[in-house]
Amino acid sequence: MPSGSILGNAVPRLEDPDLLTGAARFVADLAPPGLAHAAFVRSTMAHAAIAGIDVGGAEQAPGVIGAFTAEGLGLDPQPFFYIIPPVFGRPPLAAEVVRFVGEPLAVVVAETPAQAADAAELVEVDYEPRPALIDPEAALEPGAPLLFPANGSNLASEYSSKAEPGALGGHDLVVSGRFVNQRVAAAPIEPTAVLVEPGAGGDDGGVTVWCTSQTPFGARDAVAAALGLDPGRVRAIAPAVGGGFGAKAAPYPEFVVTAWLARRLGRPVKWVETRSENLVNMVHGRDYVQYYELGLTRDGDFRWLRARATANVGAYPAVGAFLPSFTMSMASGPYQIPAVDFHASGAVTTTTPLGAFRGAGRPEATAAIERIVDLAAAELDMDPVELRRRNLLSPDQFPYETPTGAVMDCGDYQRALDQALETAGYDDLRAEQRRRRLRGDPKLMGVGVSVYVEVTGGLSQEYGSVEVTADGTVVARAGTSSHGQGHATSFTQLVGEVLGVPPDRVRVVHSDTFEVPRGIGTIASRSLQIAGSAVFKTAHEVLERARRIAAHRLEASVEDIVTADDGSGLTVAGVPARAMSWPELAAASTGGDLPDGMAPGELAAEIDFDQGAATYPFGAHVAVVEVDSETGDARLVRHVAVDDCGRILNPMLVRGQVHGGITQGAAQALYEQVLYDEDGNPRTANFADYCLPGPTEVPAYETAHTETPTPLNPLGAKGIGESGTIGSLPAVQSAVIDALSPLGIRHLDMPYTPEKVWRAITESAPSPA
Amino acid sequence: MSRVHVTCTVNGDETEFLCDGGQTLLNALRDELGLTGAKEGCGTGDCGSCSVIIDGRLTCSCLVLAPEAQGAAVLTVEGLASGDDLHPLQQSFLEGAALQCGVCTPGILMAAAALLDRNPDPTETEVRYGLAGNLCRCTGYDKIVRSVLAAADSQRTTSQRTNTEETA
Ligand code: FES
Ligand code: FES
Repeated sequence: MPSGSILGNAVPRLEDPDLLTGAARFVADLAPPGLAHAAFVRSTMAHAAIAGIDVGGAEQAPGVIGAFTAEGLGLDPQPFFYIIPPVFGRPPLAAEVVRFVGEPLAVVVAETPAQAADAAELVEVDYEPRPALIDPEAALEPGAPLLFPANGSNLASEYSSKAEPGALGGHDLVVSGRFVNQRVAAAPIEPTAVLVEPGAGGDDGGVTVWCTSQTPFGARDAVAAALGLDPGRVRAIAPAVGGGFGAKAAPYPEFVVTAWLARRLGRPVKWVETRSENLVNMVHGRDYVQYYELGLTRDGDFRWLRARATANVGAYPAVGAFLPSFTMSMASGPYQIPAVDFHASGAVTTTTPLGAFRGAGRPEATAAIERIVDLAAAELDMDPVELRRRNLLSPDQFPYETPTGAVMDCGDYQRALDQALETAGYDDLRAEQRRRRLRGDPKLMGVGVSVYVEVTGGLSQEYGSVEVTADGTVVARAGTSSHGQGHATSFTQLVGEVLGVPPDRVRVVHSDTFEVPRGIGTIASRSLQIAGSAVFKTAHEVLERARRIAAHRLEASVEDIVTADDGSGLTVAGVPARAMSWPELAAASTGGDLPDGMAPGELAAEIDFDQGAATYPFGAHVAVVEVDSETGDARLVRHVAVDDCGRILNPMLVRGQVHGGITQGAAQALYEQVLYDEDGNPRTANFADYCLPGPTEVPAYETAHTETPTPLNPLGAKGIGESGTIGSLPAVQSAVIDALSPLGIRHLDMPYTPEKVWRAITESAPSPA
Repeated sequence: MSRVHVTCTVNGDETEFLCDGGQTLLNALRDELGLTGAKEGCGTGDCGSCSVIIDGRLTCSCLVLAPEAQGAAVLTVEGLASGDDLHPLQQSFLEGAALQCGVCTPGILMAAAALLDRNPDPTETEVRYGLAGNLCRCTGYDKIVRSVLAAADSQRTTSQRTNTEETA
């Protein structure tokens, strides 16, 4: 970037003053006049036929405006993700069958939230129980009870990439393992919420849907499709959104039902999920069982990989059914593995549906490949770093097509690994570990190293526009949606960089389907690289138009027109007095006196930027843990992350993404797991049972970056939203196993809770040393 | 159900409101008084996003019934800044990028304010334990902890300066 550029600087976030003073409005904070409140009645059975629902008692309860079941709604089943076959369609309220505990089957609307909640308790449901099905592998066994008999099996999706016949050879040994990548909850601190007002921008028959969404356009389309409205009559707005991590990517049935209620009752209706609802209703993440085999030589050269995975996709296939395709494309990780044979099945079970959660399909790939590489290192008695080095792809191999079909743009994995090891002081860590082991330190020290590559921005197109308005304010619009990432800040930086305007002259508009013509949203770490590039390119187009106008009016050559130092407009280079302000330029642009060949029009440009393909960020992490051999308590004491997301626009925003990502990966390794009992009852439906790490459970982080710009977009940027999680999870996992390795322990499935670790220690054979 | 009349001080102002006997203070602040800074992240005392300071004590307002606030002095995030001047904690959170989605931030600011009241010169570990009742899903806490330490520093410098000015 040019010197003097604001790109690459840690610019404080424009979003923050409102958030810091309590002025920012989240969906739950909105209370228009006449507001009614909805409460959902949810299935208490994992799997049952609904023999009857009696809402009579609820209807009579104080303050109740109405109580409805699927029959009253009359809404068709919807695919809540576009690739889902119709046979798996999900009714917004369960009609004949309930398929997981927490599935909504009736709704009550009342004057206050408390009245709605109390009345919902009075709804009586008559269930005819059917067998629960929790285990995805069991769900695919012949004779398993079927969730969707019309589908003929519980198989919801299948992805495979076959190796050439005979390609799985040339090895001296094969290491193998079964790895469970357990089910976790995204658990944003803001649960799901929706507020629907009848009417949309003067259209009385439309609706305005305020929702906790990463993809307001997706919410708009879901509501429009369910209610039979033209999408143009549905205005979806995501105001301040309190974290999503993928789980707010797809629309929820409650959005549709609440919209139906608002239209039916002719008044605004709001629904705010409680935490216990959130932990059973919001999509979960991961939940894979993986069988990996790695064939390699005695010297440690990888020859082939065979991977089998069963993904639990939950009761209604949604985004989760599609995520094994990411796992497949990333199966060989950052390594040169000549042959890969991959097969994954997605199985429906009577559990909460699975969706995207930070990393979405890639942590599953990375954790498995890193685990099998560690097992191979143990088998060869080779340092795990050394084994990785031997097999990493080298920078001159890019673009590189993996055996499972990913075409990776660029990478320098050795460099990221070197930097991570140096920052961590890897050799010193190993020396300290040896000393501590020798003196029999009851705190077992473990060091874990991961190298990862992931895929971002695969949905490669996004809308962006820039417009200089009459008063000189620059309005940038983007089809993505911010929920903590700081898009307003980064897009303002991009506009400022090109047009020279100060931040207070820029207004970023997003997350409102009436203010932005179209868009996809914030998923798969795509916003800066794609929407940011769209804003950047349109800002350049606006600048070029403005320069031509200024050159014409100021009688100078276009080459001599530059942005004014004070941000006020354009000027002739070296002659600040010969200038046009942005308001003057905006007025001139629509006027008559324009350069030859330029038609009058707004000083504006829009684009559907398409980078054509995905980008592949990468990095290396080093985790240091201490395991208390007496209590089994495993603590992350240091974490070093070197991530390469291409060119960095705002290091402060990047740091935020990396820190949060590391924490969620480490939390999966050490603390978090969604559990069901054998009848399909959730056992982790509150924050006492589902343990998010607090400030005392994670250390300060040591982060750094290498910058390998992608050639695919003008910013050179790749996604950073998920890298932290993808890199940290295997490193922390590996560190815990490393700590336990003197006890002969080679593998344990996550999470490494004190009880699990303590049992493993207690049951392990005494150390041979 | 008959409504309960409550008189208390909120952010320094004498305030009265009507509420249901079973309504939480969090609810009353948000629904009756329109102070939506405090958030409900769990409703069970596990996340701290509803934190307010009642008579000097950090409290989960989701676990307090509104009528219990009778006669109390309640401080919420809306009362931290004076006019347009951010509180030193808010200022250092801004500079240190200690928030992302910001939904946990009001609660964390209140916990940090209560901590610095008690202990103006905390260590990193004391800050972490001081905020142990608050969950943040976005930041990983690092930048929050650093920002609280920075605010403590700047508050001490300011109060030293004031002390010197007073003695001068
Ligand atoms: S809402 Fe009060 S502690 Fe979570
Ligand atoms: S900033 Fe999002 S939960 Fe803390």
